[in-house]
Amino acid sequence: MVPTDLRYTKEHEWVRVQDGVATVGITDHAAEQLGDIVFVELPGAGSSVSAGKTFGVVESVKAVSDLFAPVSGEVAEANAELDGKPELVNSDPYGTGWMIKVVVADVAELDRLLDAAAYEALVAAE
Amino acid sequence: MTDDPASSARTTPLVERHLALGARMIDFAGWLMPVQYAGIVEEHRAVRERAGLFDLSHMGELYVEGPEAGAALARALVSDPPSLAVGRAQYSMICAPDGGVIDDLIVYRLDVDRYLVVANASNTAVVSDALAERVHGMRAVLDDRSLDTALVSIQGPESVAILGPLTDVSLDALRYYAAADGTVAGIPALVARTGYTGEDGFEIFVEWERAGALWDALLDASAPRGGVPVGLGARDTLRLEAGMPLYGNELDRSTNPFEAGLGRVVKLDRDVEFVGRAALERALADEPRRRLVGLVVRGRGIARHGYPVLSGDLPTGVVTSGTQSPTLGQAIAMAYVAPGDADPGTMLDVSIREQRVPAQVVSLPFYRRKR
Repeated sequence: MVPTDLRYTKEHEWVRVQDGVATVGITDHAAEQLGDIVFVELPGAGSSVSAGKTFGVVESVKAVSDLFAPVSGEVAEANAELDGKPELVNSDPYGTGWMIKVVVADVAELDRLLDAAAYEALVAAE
Repeated sequence: MTDDPASSARTTPLVERHLALGARMIDFAGWLMPVQYAGIVEEHRAVRERAGLFDLSHMGELYVEGPEAGAALARALVSDPPSLAVGRAQYSMICAPDGGVIDDLIVYRLDVDRYLVVANASNTAVVSDALAERVHGMRAVLDDRSLDTALVSIQGPESVAILGPLTDVSLDALRYYAAADGTVAGIPALVARTGYTGEDGFEIFVEWERAGALWDALLDASAPRGGVPVGLGARDTLRLEAGMPLYGNELDRSTNPFEAGLGRVVKLDRDVEFVGRAALERALADEPRRRLVGLVVRGRGIARHGYPVLSGDLPTGVVTSGTQSPTLGQAIAMAYVAPGDADPGTMLDVSIREQRVPAQVVSLPFYRRKR
């Protein structure tokens, strides 16, 4: 079961929008598939990200994976706690394992994201 | 993001057990193998602190037998197998005439006229062919028993306590790089004190059909001591911490043993024209083009296979293997660099996604167990 109050990308990122700010992370399914996450590289506050483009990198012991921005906008904050504790992405992907907060530039982009049911169907089809 | 194991991949006799244990399976060298069960870091720590059980049945077992078996291997390999006492083993390599490494191997002398050569799964066919060709014309035969021989390994400080009660082989008397025939859980086995983790441990060769019973007995005996099944993912991080080369990463056909820091394996002080000898003598005499070094990343990031290594503004080499070391908590790597940049302490840069990240040359291994 994935949280029903979030939106998702096909690349397994989630988004929670509150007061025009999107909090972004990767799904439990993605974290589980990656295995033990040992490094997360995120953009600094003030940099901009574009919907569908890479904004960072997550590395497990074995592999490197790109992170894709669900929405465009300016990065308000990156989760500094992941520097020392990247394993939070595995243990609490929808909570303390969040990655960036983005000031949403165009709320219409949110409509292009998957809802929970569509994302679950995507995972089931993998 | 998901691995899709090829349906054509071969399976070991333990595949159903791996699936029942919840392993994630991958295609490795044409074999469907477990890459992880509970998780790479957890499995890695279990081997360092307690014990881990590995299915290595994909590896190649090549027996060379006959009155000239030793002489044939002495010509075929860069080491000197006839110098082994019966019951002992040595790390070896088979090289091409140009000195390039075809595979790295372990050779066991099982009897006066009987040897076992263990090859990497990815190279078993080519090693088998090369050995058959090099043995030809001598009073020795090659018997490729790779698909009849299963291999299960138990590694870690609890290995003796786990294996001891199951076997009639005297483990106290079995030295590192020694092997003895006996039984394990009543199953006829060759028990070798070898491994690829940097820990004490054993590799146990049995008939293909008996592997399931062997695995079950070892897994049952491991559980009370905190031993767990371990996949290829942790096998790779364990060997990397131990500074051991992986064929295809640190070794390949374009690499000679001296560049890899494994010149000790090449026995030139013997009167045998082994394959590759002339080229290897030249390689030893010449200044090497590059050297294999250990790197510890001092900045942020993980150096991975294929990432460029820079010295100042100039390229000096390439990373062959790299990971986040579970034991050290640092990003570690092995890399080939120019000889002038190979001294421990040297500060270099690794190019990680177009960014230069400092890394320091250190002596290998990264991890050495306390004895």
